[in-house]
Order: sequence, then structure tokens, then C-alpha cells
Amino acid sequence: MMKRLLILLTATLFLTASWALAGPVKIGMITTLSGGGSALGIAVRDGFKLAIDQEGGKLGGYPVQLIVDDDSRKPDKAKQIANRFMKRDNVDILTGIIWSNLAITVVPKAVREGVFYISPNAGPSLLAGKGCHENYFNVAWQNDNLHEAMGQYVKDNNFKKVFILAPNYPAGKDALRGFKRFYKGKPIAEVYTKLGQKDYAAELVSIRSAKPDAVFFFLPGGMGISFIKQYNQAGLTKDIPLFGPAFSFDQTILSAVGNAALGVMNSSQWNKDIDNPANKRFVADFKKAYGRLPSLYASQGYDAARLIASAIKAVGGDMSKKDAFRKALRKADFDSVRGNFKFGPNHYPVQDIYIRKVVEDDGVLTNRIVTKAFTNHSDAYVSQCKMK
Amino acid sequence: MNRFQLTLKTCILIAALVILIGLPPVASALEATFYIGLFSRILIYALAAVSLDLILGYGGMVSFGHAAFFGAGAYVVGILAFHGIEGSAVISWPFVIMGTDNALISWSVAAVASAGLAFVIGAISLRTSGVYFIMITLAFAQMMYFFFTSLEFYGGDDGLSLFTRSRLGHMDLSNDAAFYYTCLGLLIGFLLFSRRLVNSRFGMVIRGCKENERRMGALGFPTYRYKLVCFVIAGAGAGLAGALMANQTEFVSPSLLHWTVSGDILVMVILGGVGTLVGPVFGATVFLLLEEFLSRYTEHWMLFLGPILIFVVLFARRGLYGSFVERKADNG
Amino acid sequence: MYLLLFCQQFLNGLQFGVMLFLMASGLTLIFGIMDLINLAHGSLFMVGAYLCATVFQQTGSFMLGLLVALPGAALVGIVVEVFVLRTLYARDHLDQVLATFGLILFFNELTKIIWGPRALFLDVPEALSGTIEIIPGAPYPTFRLAIIVVGIIVAIFLYFLITRTRLGMLIRASATNREMVGALGVNVNLLYTLVFGLGALLAGLAGAMAGPLFAVEVGMGEDILILTFVVIVIGGIGSIRGALVGAILVGLIDTLGRAFLPALFKLFLDPATADGVGASLDSMAIYILMALVLAWKPRGLLPAHE
Repeated sequence: MMKRLLILLTATLFLTASWALAGPVKIGMITTLSGGGSALGIAVRDGFKLAIDQEGGKLGGYPVQLIVDDDSRKPDKAKQIANRFMKRDNVDILTGIIWSNLAITVVPKAVREGVFYISPNAGPSLLAGKGCHENYFNVAWQNDNLHEAMGQYVKDNNFKKVFILAPNYPAGKDALRGFKRFYKGKPIAEVYTKLGQKDYAAELVSIRSAKPDAVFFFLPGGMGISFIKQYNQAGLTKDIPLFGPAFSFDQTILSAVGNAALGVMNSSQWNKDIDNPANKRFVADFKKAYGRLPSLYASQGYDAARLIASAIKAVGGDMSKKDAFRKALRKADFDSVRGNFKFGPNHYPVQDIYIRKVVEDDGVLTNRIVTKAFTNHSDAYVSQCKMK
Repeated sequence: MNRFQLTLKTCILIAALVILIGLPPVASALEATFYIGLFSRILIYALAAVSLDLILGYGGMVSFGHAAFFGAGAYVVGILAFHGIEGSAVISWPFVIMGTDNALISWSVAAVASAGLAFVIGAISLRTSGVYFIMITLAFAQMMYFFFTSLEFYGGDDGLSLFTRSRLGHMDLSNDAAFYYTCLGLLIGFLLFSRRLVNSRFGMVIRGCKENERRMGALGFPTYRYKLVCFVIAGAGAGLAGALMANQTEFVSPSLLHWTVSGDILVMVILGGVGTLVGPVFGATVFLLLEEFLSRYTEHWMLFLGPILIFVVLFARRGLYGSFVERKADNG
Repeated sequence: MYLLLFCQQFLNGLQFGVMLFLMASGLTLIFGIMDLINLAHGSLFMVGAYLCATVFQQTGSFMLGLLVALPGAALVGIVVEVFVLRTLYARDHLDQVLATFGLILFFNELTKIIWGPRALFLDVPEALSGTIEIIPGAPYPTFRLAIIVVGIIVAIFLYFLITRTRLGMLIRASATNREMVGALGVNVNLLYTLVFGLGALLAGLAGAMAGPLFAVEVGMGEDILILTFVVIVIGGIGSIRGALVGAILVGLIDTLGRAFLPALFKLFLDPATADGVGASLDSMAIYILMALVLAWKPRGLLPAHE
């Protein structure tokens, strides 16, 4: 049995050894498809795939091959997949990572080795500032962006006593820092919760006793769902308005939160009602292909693919022209579903950020754009980037 | 029968050794260098699993918190390298420890630090036994997990990147093959050491404790101290594995200390065969290869991995290696 | 003012503790009587929440959801017991850990395939959706009070079941000596299956009750599972009383820690550091509690059989 197993192992080892073939542009997607947070990875993948399917297996008119693998949100596994994509499959482009810590593990080494990395989600400050690289592009946002927009909006609307909370980990601290950067004033309380916390009864009592006139929170994933539900159950929704980034009011989340989210203001760089042809086509095709409304993450995956398509087209499908490809990416000559889009010097987006409101539309909870918080907004780290 | 088993075992071990030694050149020749990285990772987990088997299979101490030592070792290397780049001191009082990326120093410190951690955790945990021991080790690992998560200076949950791998004399560890052989060498070294250990008088006492601790106590052995020493050695082994893991991924983060990692290491040991030393190496290999290959074919790979684990428990009671190769209790 | 705040947070801690007790009671029952470590208990919790949420979405009735979730979780538990776990009673804890770890992976993925990766919606029942002012000036969600009530009912029910009924007597007897009970003509296999079903039912109940508060998502059982293990280990494995004490203790420490630790540290640290240190220490608090308890009483606070 053991022997047979060994033979089997050696056989697979040899069989899966690669033959590098010239042909389609190879794109490796490392994303989270299992375990907690898999909804995000699946959305990014589906959005990305939609762009390829729209062209019938091509991007920018040239055939592409998309290889997807599940990182299970483990940094060492993500690293290993990246390694395989680069060494075995000889991919030209990597994409797909959802979480900042995984991006920091994988990206710096990959781009140093000459692969392009297009981030559809994570936008850590390190890679926007000191660690920026000519082969790294982010089509989503810098992590602080949406929080900054919310800070601006809350300040513009004269909320004087703001209570802010986030989980006790770097992204949480960045979020509150980003909020304060544009809110300018001093919040009346700043609370850090446990990562993965489910029960917020204690925080809700603190909020009630602090009597703020606004609450800003950043609690991604299930934490946010639990928080919003409990906030509503405690009867706070009608007294103290809630503000947060789009992550907790995304299409995937709204269906789980229900009416508790109704009327809440949140910040986003995209919404399905942004009026441009690219977006209309994306929303309609996505609904047709997958039978559900696209989420923010799907739009980012789609834009990542469309950006890549524009650059592939510019180099005529020849991925050996790296400099030309990079130049084409930098131009961002594609119709983003969010309208205005260009890259700053650190290859992070310069874009508009909107304030949306959760509304009910035909019995389905969704977001509607209320106003624009920023026009052509960049990020706070761009000056630290030494890239020419 | 006995003779046949002995030869079967020897054959398999030699075959495994040949495959492992021959892997880098073969993989390079086939332009499949990716497998060198994959197997480095396997060897590292194998080292951690063997160290767990030492306390689990021979001492009967079921630790569900082995990731604490694994992660601590990794963090030691990460933190030393971080300060090494900056040229600053890790601590400046009561004595100065400068940062470094010298493998001999940082890996040793990793092993010693993990051993120290194991001493503290073991000293408290070994007061309990059975299920309580499982749970208290888990509790300590969780504490460490949250500790590193909130350690903002070293990146917290985002982790800490190493800019290069450690330096080991004139060897260039950033060369994957060199690093692979380093891992292999350390694993074999630790296996040989463990084999001697479990067959020594010390090992006999430890194994006696697993069978019947009260009797060993009655025979006059200070069983608590013996078990603690064994726990500390296992902690050092896991710390060393962590140090290698930090180098393999050139990155450390609290996810290395997550309770599922403790679970994974435990699964590798059981899958390979508890109390066989070599078994966990096979366990780690099979587990990680399954994870690697299943996830390539379907995103629902866990749907298959789960039942495979259950089948192994139900039908291969002593693990893969234990059931098929080494039917009786192993002397390592 | 501070007293009022403290009372509210105390109530919150109590309620969180009762929530944990709901989950822990089933686990400690299985653990104490069958000597089985069931990591998949969290999966049964998840099954309860998912079933309840599904029925809720179809019918809009939480009660109907409960009526499906409880037997549903029990049924899933019984199937798992009969096909997988039954053979593991005689094995050591290690095998049980591995097999039930496999079950977790299986259930998580199966759930994702059936219901998709998104979280489901489950809201509090209409009748319990408001708030009540038990402490003047501090409205308290009615549903959380309902959880406390359900927890107390379960505790009383289990107490009577174990100490006052024939079934309870058999359960206690077979926990002490399985062979003897079998020799007396009792179908121990059936008894164990029943107990496991009961444990699964309690897990399902906990899941369904937690659903309106927490996110109903894949993997929701695991975080709670770890907490639950902490609870039953602190309380003493196999002891319902211990589980209750452990649960309330953990609930209180966790909640009060979150509420007051940062403020406490602000007395002698600057606010930013205090927030960080307070939050960090709080995330470790219950594990520190567990280590302290076990260092002091290696078999938990109220072990089932000395």
C-alpha cells in the first residue's frame, strides 16, 4: 500500500511537470475560495471571469488562460501557489489576493521576479508607499480610502461627537487613522474590538452611554453583520446614525443583515447605479451569468480583467514586451465600471469616492449613490513612493 | 514475518530518502523547480510534526497548542531579521541583543526561545492530564496568537516580511535547492536525535509514563520533571521548524499560530502514525500533497479531505505508516 | 452613573454566558458521558442556525424555524453518531480529534455548496424585536432576555433529566460503568445515540438562538467552539453545573473586560496605548482565566466525578 502510494506520488510528480508553451497569456489567480471570507474571493473570481467570457475566452482580443487556486486565507499556502504559478505555469500576471497580509507575503517577491501583479482588492499602505513597485498595480483602492471618504462626509455634515470602532489589528487601526485624517476633529471615543468578535453588547452599552451623534465602524465580514444586527436590536439605529465603509454594506452582506441596514450611509468607489455604458453592461451581464447582483468585489475583479485586457491589446498579446505592457497598464486605457479612473505615481487609483445610502428597491436591499465625497482622490502614502 | 517487515521498512525508508535527496536535481531537470519549494514546506511541517510526535506518541501528552512554539520560532527569526535590517537592538536592557540575519544565531535563538516558552507552558500545563491537557495547551496557543495579533510594532495581524532568507555561512539559502537540503538535513538530524532519545533511559522513562505514570512515580522517577524536559525538547524542535518556515515564506504572521495550524500538525502526526517518528514525515507529506492537489481540481477540496481523514481514523488505526509498515510499537 | 453602566455590562456578560452555556451543555453532556471529544459540535451549531434561517426566509416565522432546526440538528447528530462516531468511543481522544476535525471540514464545505458562500439572514422574531427597560434609562433588547430565559429553562430541564428521571439515571450509570449497564440489559448503543442526539439538539438550539444576533455564515461554529471548550474545561468536564458556572464566568470576564479594561489602563497610560493594551489583554483574558483555573484546580472548578 505504502509502496503503491509512493509510486503514485512520484508519478504525479512527473506527470504534472510543466511544458512551457508559447500561446495564450497566462494569468494566475490566487484567491480565497474556502473557509471564512470565501464570498469575497468567489466574487472577485466571478467578476474577472465574466470579462474573459464576454470576449469568448479572450482579453483585449488575445486568448488568455486563467488558472485559479484557493489560498484558504493562509499566507504560506498563498506563497506556495504563487511559487507554483510562476515556476511551473510560467504565468505572466498574478492577481486575486483578497487580504492585505497575504498580499504583503506574496507581492514583493513576485514583482521583483518580473511578474506583474494586479491587485483586485487588498491595498496595504506598505505597497502604496515605501514598498511600491513598477510591476505592482492596484485597481481597487488604498486600504484607507473608503474610511477617509467617510471621515470627510461626517465632518461635512457637522457631526460633532463621533464614536469610532474597529478590530484590534493593523487594518482596523489604519481604518480609524484614515477616518480621522479627514474628519480632523477628535472622536469622543475610539474603541478596538477583538478580531472575530461576535457579541457587541458591551460596546453598544458604551456607545449609548457616550451619547455620540454619529457612529463610524469598520468591521469586515461576519463581524460587521453581527454588529449591525445587534446595533439595530438595541434600538440605536433610530437615535444615532451609523456610518461605515462599503465592505459592510456590500450586496453579499446586505442580504444577511436585512432591514437593520436600511438608511445607513456608507462610502464606496463603485455602485451598480453609476451611469456609464461599461457599468450597465457589467451589471446586466453579471446578473445574466450568475443570477445575482454583482458585489463591490466582483466589480473590482472585473475592472482588473478589463485593465489587463487594455494592456494585452496594446502589446498585441506579446507578453515579452514587458516595458510596453507596463506603460499600457499605467495609462489605464479602459472603461472602468466606476467611470473616472487613472493611476497615481504609485500605481494606486486616483478616483472618485461616493457616499451611498442603503435603500429598498423592488423588495431587495441595495445601495443608491447620494453624493460624492471625493473627486480624483489619491492616497496618503503616494509621497513615500520612490518609483519614477 | 518480523524479518520481512524489517526489510519492508528499510526499503521504504531508503526509497524515501533517495527520493528526497534526488528531488532537487530531478525537479530542476524537468523544469519543475516549484516542487523544491513545495517539498521544503513539507519537510518543515514534517519537522514540526516529528517534534509533536515526541511528546504525543512517546510521552502521551496530547498538545493542541504546538503552533505556539512553531509560531514563536518563526517570530524570533522575523524579529531578529527586522532589527538586523534596521541595525537596531531587539532589547537593550538588561543586556543588548542586536538584530541579525545570521542563521546560526537566529535559528538557535528561535529554538531556545521556543524551548523557554515550552518550559513555562509545560510547567503549568503538565499539572493537568488527559483532555484538560489538550485544552490548556490550546488556551496557551490562543493567548500567543492574540499576543502576536496585537503586537503592532511587528505588524500585528499583517505580519512581518523578511527581506532575505537568513545567512548560513557561505551557503546561499535564497537558492531553493540549498534551502531544501538545509531543511532535509535538519529534519534527518532531528529524527536521528529523537530516535536516540526515545531509546535512551530517558526515553524509556517517558514511554513508561505514557503506559502508566503512577507506576513510574512509584518506581521513584520524578515523572513531572521528565515529562517537562521532553515537552521542552519538543518545543525547541517546533521552534526550529518555525524558524525554517519564516525563511521558507520569508514572512511571519499570527496565522502561523492559529489553532487550525495546531490542528493540522496534529492531523499530520495521526495520519502518519502516532509513536513512529518517521510516520509524521509521511503524514505531513500526504496531508500537504492532498491539500495541494485536491485544491487544484476543485474549490470544494475540503469536501474530500474531510472524509479521507475520517476513513484513515476508521480503517487505518495506527496511521498510514503505522498501519502498513510498522505494525508493532516502534523504537524509532 | 457608573453603577448603572456596570449593571448593564453585568447583564450583558450574564447573557453572553447563558449563550455559551446553551452551547456548552450539549458538548459537556457528550464529553462527560461518552468520553468523546467532538470538535464537530460547532458544525451542529451551524446546522441549527442555517436550518432556522432557511425556514425563516421562506416563512418569516422564527418559531417555525426553531421547530425545524432542533429536530434537524438532532437528526444530523444521530446520523453522524451512527455512521462515524459510534466506532470511536473505544478509541483514544486523538482519533476522535482527527475524525471530528475531518467532519468540520466536510460540514463547512457541504454547507457552502448547499447554501452558497454568503451569510444568511435571520432576524429576531417580531414579538421579541423591541427593547425593555429593566434597568431604568437603559433599554435592553428583548431577544437577549429571551436567551437568558431559554438558558435557564435548559439548565433546569437538564438538571431534572439527569437527577430525577430513569433516563438520567441510566446516563449517569453508563458514564461510570458502561459494561455494567449493558450487562443489566440496557441497550447502551441506543442510549448513547439518544444522548448524542440530545447534545446535537442543544447545539442546534444554541445555533438557532444565536442566529439573530450573529452572522449566520460558514465556519460560525468554530470560534464559538473554542470558547465552549474553554467553558467546559473551566467548569469541569461532564458537569452540567460546571458548564453553567464556567459559561457565566467566561461571559462575565469577556464582557466586563471589553467594557472596562481600556478605561482601567487609561488611568496610567496614554489613551492610544491604553486602548491597544486593553484590547489585547482582553482578547487573552479568558485564556488566562482558563490557565489560572487549571493551574489551581487541574480538573476544573466542579468536576463531574471526583
